[in-house]
Amino acid sequence: MPAVQETVERVRRIDVDQYRYGFETLIESDKAPKGLSEDTVRFISAKKNEPAWMLEWRLEAFRRWLTMTEPTWARVNYPKIDYQDIYYYAAPKPKKTLSSIDEIDPEILKTYEKLGIPLREVAILEGVEPPPGGEPSANRKIAVDAVFDSVSVATTFQKELKKAGVIFMPISEAIREHPELVQKYLGSVVPTSDNYFATLNSAVFSDGSFVYVPPGVRCPMELSTYFRINERNTGQFERTLIIADKGSYVSYLEGCTAPQRDENQLHAAVVELVALDDAEIKYSTVQNWYPGNSEGKGGIYNFVTKRGDCRGKNSKISWTQVETGSAITWKYPSCILRGDNSSGEFYSIAISNGYQQVDSGTKMIHLGKNTSSRIISKGIAAGKSQNTYRGLVSAHRKATGARNYTACDSLLIGDKCGAHTVPYVEAKNSSATFEHEATTSKISEDVLFYCIQRGLSQEEAVGLVVNGFVKDVLQQLPMEFAVEAQKLISISLEGSVG
Amino acid sequence: MTLRKNVMSLLEVKDLKVRVEEREILHGLSLTVNPGEVHAIMGPNGSGKSTLSHVIAGKPGYEVTDGQILFRGEDLLEMEPNERAAKGVFLAFQYPVEIPGVTTWNFLHAALNAQRKARGEDEISSPAFLKKVREVARSLNIPQDMLKRGVNVGFSGGEKKRNEILQMALFEPAVCILDEMDSGLDIDALRIAADGVNALRSPERAMVVITHYQRLLNYIVPDFVHVMSKGRVVKSGGKELALELEESGYAQFEDAA
Repeated sequence: MPAVQETVERVRRIDVDQYRYGFETLIESDKAPKGLSEDTVRFISAKKNEPAWMLEWRLEAFRRWLTMTEPTWARVNYPKIDYQDIYYYAAPKPKKTLSSIDEIDPEILKTYEKLGIPLREVAILEGVEPPPGGEPSANRKIAVDAVFDSVSVATTFQKELKKAGVIFMPISEAIREHPELVQKYLGSVVPTSDNYFATLNSAVFSDGSFVYVPPGVRCPMELSTYFRINERNTGQFERTLIIADKGSYVSYLEGCTAPQRDENQLHAAVVELVALDDAEIKYSTVQNWYPGNSEGKGGIYNFVTKRGDCRGKNSKISWTQVETGSAITWKYPSCILRGDNSSGEFYSIAISNGYQQVDSGTKMIHLGKNTSSRIISKGIAAGKSQNTYRGLVSAHRKATGARNYTACDSLLIGDKCGAHTVPYVEAKNSSATFEHEATTSKISEDVLFYCIQRGLSQEEAVGLVVNGFVKDVLQQLPMEFAVEAQKLISISLEGSVG
Repeated sequence: MTLRKNVMSLLEVKDLKVRVEEREILHGLSLTVNPGEVHAIMGPNGSGKSTLSHVIAGKPGYEVTDGQILFRGEDLLEMEPNERAAKGVFLAFQYPVEIPGVTTWNFLHAALNAQRKARGEDEISSPAFLKKVREVARSLNIPQDMLKRGVNVGFSGGEKKRNEILQMALFEPAVCILDEMDSGLDIDALRIAADGVNALRSPERAMVVITHYQRLLNYIVPDFVHVMSKGRVVKSGGKELALELEESGYAQFEDAA
């Protein structure tokens, strides 16, 4: 497999303790006044030319948020966040109204180029080899929505998608152009009152992606959104809504990076997925927000609510995540298995190094009959990090024949890190079959020595063992992301041994 | 035993003293190995046989307090374990480890390329490697299926040892150290493993066979036998020494040490 070789190569080339995406783009931006109030919410809504119902929705969320308190049950520690010390809206100042990609500020184009994200409508991602036996990637296309701080700066392949009937656009545009769809589905999976961070997001979200795949349509290309935080002291509150109508299919990828800074930055996103009868959504994330430096200074607080609703019968939602970044991760991509025979999947690789804290997992809520779910979680802790898997599998009274299989594996590198597994299982009917397996292991000196005796360096050896450990999950990722993820994993574990 | 003083030895262990934590395990051990020779090192449990093999290969956790190990005249102790591997030092492990999720063929490819790179040679491409490893496996009667499985995962004792021999054949090392190759093998598996080792004997390659029992030496016939006791070589001789030991046991050497 060339990918492993590539990882090994990559490890060889890269300096220790380097976050490659830590640069800042110098650009004039248009910001809301610092702090949070009803005025901030009105400011954002006005910036987006939103209809009155949207503003009302936001305000309701904001009023609700004022009555809520920050959750403390996760196994993470951080100083209290001053919500009045954050900018809630920052947008690159447009020189004029844009009609094509060529009119985007060249600084922003350069930023995405540096990040390796194709904003021009190119068909091939560099350095990607076709899967074994698969077709060469020359015909593979990926449509990208690029979100820079609070706004979407470009969405590619819109015309081609439109031909297929697929709507893929910034959510701020969808609110204006497809209000009937947005009104019907927004908040229907993650209600505005859901949790502290989701409620905050509902009040101040600024942009994100909107996808609608009409009945019977198989989306002709991978869709992806690339989130970039650039502005200092700015929160990013994006909102993603994906609807797969009856019998449709869509695969969606999400990537994130941020500049390297000493202060912490808040990222509180909400992602809602709706799969109707016989529809399938595959959602993949490679999260690489700035994790802070080797002393634990700076980094992104990634407090994210992601939930999919298998609303129709035989529907399927699959989450795959590779989490290597952020100072703190608080994230539980979940599935509500409402439709009969629906199924949910969660494949996760969560890597923590340095002083990173990860509390992540999933919820599989079985409501319909004969619903099934599968959870494969691989946690890797190195340095002085703490890595927790937290998961809930529940079957309601009427969810007869519910089935779940969970496998949680943790790998420890070094002896100053921690891995924790907190599974909750609730079965309210006797026909449910839930299986849970968990392992915790350490990369042993013996395994490393064996590899090194065969000629591999220490880092190559760690890379190889880790790649083996996460293989089951990497296989779930679309090819382009699998290669990227594999590189990321090696980079994240740089210098973690010896 | 002939000493070829004018030829540089392949492996020369000189008066080696080794500690683990605070305890001295080897108290001044010497051993000279020339190309083409097969040396057997025998001794009771705890005599320091495995320590010797680990120190030659560079396993962490051992402190060399005195003495030298020269490999083709170079100071082996100054080299990282992976450099030693690239130079041609191979250790066949007593207990080969399992590496889940990493296919054998993948592992071997990565390791071979790491060695080649360290020697300044070109890396070998996937198709070329596949061809090579298949040929080697065929020559040793190792089923191709083993290459696709995770490294040693679910392998029987015999399969694990055959995997070691496969690696030996693939990396073509100058010196092979076989650490208790016979442990955990039944007589049939032992014979197969020994056949593999014998196939790799050559005038350029030396082998150091570490074993507790004489049995293995019926299959891998050594040129020299050294008896270790309490961290020293207490007697050296030809292959007949192994048979002598088989009859009289190690007890006679306890005092000698």
